[in-house]
Amino acid sequence: MTEPLLRVRDLKTYFVTEQGSGTARAVDGVSFDVYPGETLGVVGESGCGKTVTSLSILRLIPEPPGHIRPGSFIEFEGRNLLTLAPKELRAVRGNRIAMIFQEPMTSLNPVFTVGHQIAEAAIVHQSLSRRAARARAIEMLTLVGIPDPGERVDHYPHQMSGGMRQRVMIAMALICHPQLLIADEPTTALDVTIQAQILELLDRLQRELGMAVMLITHDLGVVAGSADRVVVMYAGQVVEQASTGELFARPLHPYTEGLLASVPRLDTRVSQVRGRLHSIPGQVPAATSWPAGCRFHPRCPYAWDRCAVEEPPLLDSAGAEAGTHTVRCWLLTEPERRERHP
Amino acid sequence: MTVWTWLALASAVAVALVAAAEVRRRAATRAAGRRFLRHPTATAGVFILAFFVTTALAAPLVAPYDPAGQLDPVHLQNQPPSTRFPLGTDVYSRDVWSRLVYGARLSLGIGTIAMLVAVTVGAGVGAAAGYFRRGIDAVLMRSVDVGLAMPRMFVLLMAVALWERLPLAVLVLLIGLTGWFGTSRLVRADVLSLREREFVAAARAVGAGPTRVIFRHVLPNAAAPIIVSAAFGIGNVILLEAGLSYLGLGVPSPLPSWGSIIYDGQPYIATAPWTSGFPGLAIALVVLALNAVGDGLRDALDPRKEAT
Amino acid sequence: MTPAPLVQVDGLVKRFPGERGLFGLGRARRTVRAVDGVSFAIAAGQTLGLVGESGCGKSTVGRTILRLIEPDAGRVTLGGADVVALGGRELRALRRRMQIVFQDPYGSLNPRMTVQQTLAEPLAIHRLATGLEAKRRVAALLDEVGLDPAFAAAYPHELSGGQRQRVGIARALSVEPQFLVLDEPVSALDVSVQAQVLNLLADLQRKRRLTYLFIAHDLAVVKHIADDVAVMYLGKIVERAPATGLYAGPRHPYTTSLLSAVPVPDPKAQRQRIVLQGEVPSPASPPAGCPFHPRCPHPRKNERCRTEPPALREVATGQFAACHFAEQPM
Repeated sequence: MTEPLLRVRDLKTYFVTEQGSGTARAVDGVSFDVYPGETLGVVGESGCGKTVTSLSILRLIPEPPGHIRPGSFIEFEGRNLLTLAPKELRAVRGNRIAMIFQEPMTSLNPVFTVGHQIAEAAIVHQSLSRRAARARAIEMLTLVGIPDPGERVDHYPHQMSGGMRQRVMIAMALICHPQLLIADEPTTALDVTIQAQILELLDRLQRELGMAVMLITHDLGVVAGSADRVVVMYAGQVVEQASTGELFARPLHPYTEGLLASVPRLDTRVSQVRGRLHSIPGQVPAATSWPAGCRFHPRCPYAWDRCAVEEPPLLDSAGAEAGTHTVRCWLLTEPERRERHP
Repeated sequence: MTVWTWLALASAVAVALVAAAEVRRRAATRAAGRRFLRHPTATAGVFILAFFVTTALAAPLVAPYDPAGQLDPVHLQNQPPSTRFPLGTDVYSRDVWSRLVYGARLSLGIGTIAMLVAVTVGAGVGAAAGYFRRGIDAVLMRSVDVGLAMPRMFVLLMAVALWERLPLAVLVLLIGLTGWFGTSRLVRADVLSLREREFVAAARAVGAGPTRVIFRHVLPNAAAPIIVSAAFGIGNVILLEAGLSYLGLGVPSPLPSWGSIIYDGQPYIATAPWTSGFPGLAIALVVLALNAVGDGLRDALDPRKEAT
Repeated sequence: MTPAPLVQVDGLVKRFPGERGLFGLGRARRTVRAVDGVSFAIAAGQTLGLVGESGCGKSTVGRTILRLIEPDAGRVTLGGADVVALGGRELRALRRRMQIVFQDPYGSLNPRMTVQQTLAEPLAIHRLATGLEAKRRVAALLDEVGLDPAFAAAYPHELSGGQRQRVGIARALSVEPQFLVLDEPVSALDVSVQAQVLNLLADLQRKRRLTYLFIAHDLAVVKHIADDVAVMYLGKIVERAPATGLYAGPRHPYTTSLLSAVPVPDPKAQRQRIVLQGEVPSPASPPAGCPFHPRCPHPRKNERCRTEPPALREVATGQFAACHFAEQPM
């Protein structure tokens, strides 16, 4: 098996809350790998820690109030990103690892042309001349499928639509041919037809450039269509991790199961869908006070007394090769309990 | 000065300290309050304001002499500060400390009342212009432009010149009525964005009329800029009144306001600097304190910093 | 036998003055036809799903029906009462019968009012209850939307997104309306909470015999709640049909494309995905002919589409589509 490109181990990112009294354990012991050339989907609802995880990788957490706890470990291309000097870290950011965000309007600087912003990374990292950088910017705009790139390069962000701006963001991210692209909810702010365009674009670029993509999203449909492997997060932890096919065919964590069941779906007949959707009772707990034991147990239909006191580790699924499908749930030790449940 | 007046003064300081401590204690329990306290000078500002407000309210207790009383026009004019006259006496042998204390009543009172007038008018005009837009907005905002283009001091001087023995109440009203333009612009800008918020649409959908929407839903959410501009505004009015009085056109002479005390002491500034110096210091302290509190409030009430 | 419609909308038009250039200079204003002749009817107790992408005018339709925005032309009737013609007191009285729930659970509640104050306000406006009786009614409303009555004392910032949305629903219910405009009521919510709110809306509809106009951009969500669906593009309805017919056999190529663009949470789903090229044109300068023709993937698209705007016509029983080739769908 190939070596992972990115190895995250026991990442803990905490925030001191403004009340000054509590600590929000936004990311609390997260471990996963990203292999070269693959798409890893990171799924979870708001507050599960998926965005904080991605920001922690590039050490973009505002300190204070946030801090990455000692003992956390993020290895990229053989180096621990958490101990890099600021200068070395900058050589990684935007160059080896690039990032795109949900809101393309606020992530672009309104007072510079898009060409200028796209070229900036190339000027910083590859010391290109202004003229060469501009040529590169036009090349990138062509790559991300913007019509009239020679003209568009001099436009300002406000002259573009949301979909166009997201394409510009992608062009900016890819100009230095990163090995890893972190895409944090890249299509959430877009309409479905534009979302389809952007997802297709990301797919094509990944194939052409051979980079790995970490796709962070709340949308299980997006993950199903784009990711090779999926990490499901809940309450600051990874609760399930498997290949996409395996996860959707055999979701083992009750949270994954519930999440899948509560998505309104198009691929069912109208007569079947009218009526009640499955829903997970209650709501996501606050990061300052995760429940004791399994963090999902207050909302879990299967929970029994052990779940309330003892936190489950990531356990290997019985049917799969070790490490390929791991689940943070005690049900894996007592599978008969699942059957007994209606 | 008697023991009693010293005691009264000490109690005023104590009251101010308690007030400042109480503000700190209450502020510390809330996020907005903690942003206020992050301003290093905000607490000092609260203390200074509390001190002057207390002395103004308790003026008869804190002032040892009648502020208008000429104690001994022959022997006691322009006396330097001493234990008997802590801030000296003026050319008419009046006790400067007593005049300063009573002057606080007038100066702070004029500042507060004029600002209340300005804020009420400004908030009303701004809310009407921002909420109804179109014609009303155009008419109101163009008059605001005209108002802002007129030099305020000039308008006031003209009024004073045209109206002999201008009553104090009219002067205060005039100061207020020439000071709302900036506030109305701030409020209008806020109202313009607030009226597009969904909770305003929701209120209209349940049948709330314009008055209810403006007073229950729009203005409470625009309170922050109003409060901040009021804090800065009081300082401005105090300076304005001082300026007018310094020119001899503000508060009529036997009445002590901080501006008129400076006016009285001005010819003797070289030989008896205390008469003008101490009220000048008081003005400076209060205006600085108001600005510090205003800055703190601006940070504290900034909705962008409101945690969700 | 379909019951008589409770809500009837005929030829609704709303224009907005276009934006001018920088500093108000530049080209003259161009009017934006946000809603351009929209008609539909909703039978009592039924749900019409109004679907479209951002900027298609679907939210404007909802707000114009409630007179939160004044329409420029068209007729809207609610149980026979002419909504557009009414003024002042009569309109206020009519507002008791029609209410709205908004998308943004953060923006739709006044941050300076407690839940109790927010919910008691409509009761006070319509003189339905005051004092203790209002308190009791608020507690009952909170209970009905699945919230602990203790939440009455809370401010919006103390609530989660789902809880706020429940408060928004309770506010709409407080005046006991017959008709609710649901303007993207679940789009801002997390998946698990979204399902809870959709279930709540379905329960309330059954219990209170409510009529819904459900505005959404997500066809999958609409599929779960709507009896009929109308699809909007650039201010016009391009297809309108019973949900069963529309999802089984869309007649307009835009509907087909929208359906195929929705991601399905099943990696094995072998779907032919139609990725629409380009973006929605500016409503200030809609294309001539069929507004969808520049992006239309229909293989038979021809000159006629570029010049002649297609009318919305019945192509199958109850199924209306505005496409010259609705008889030969993609």
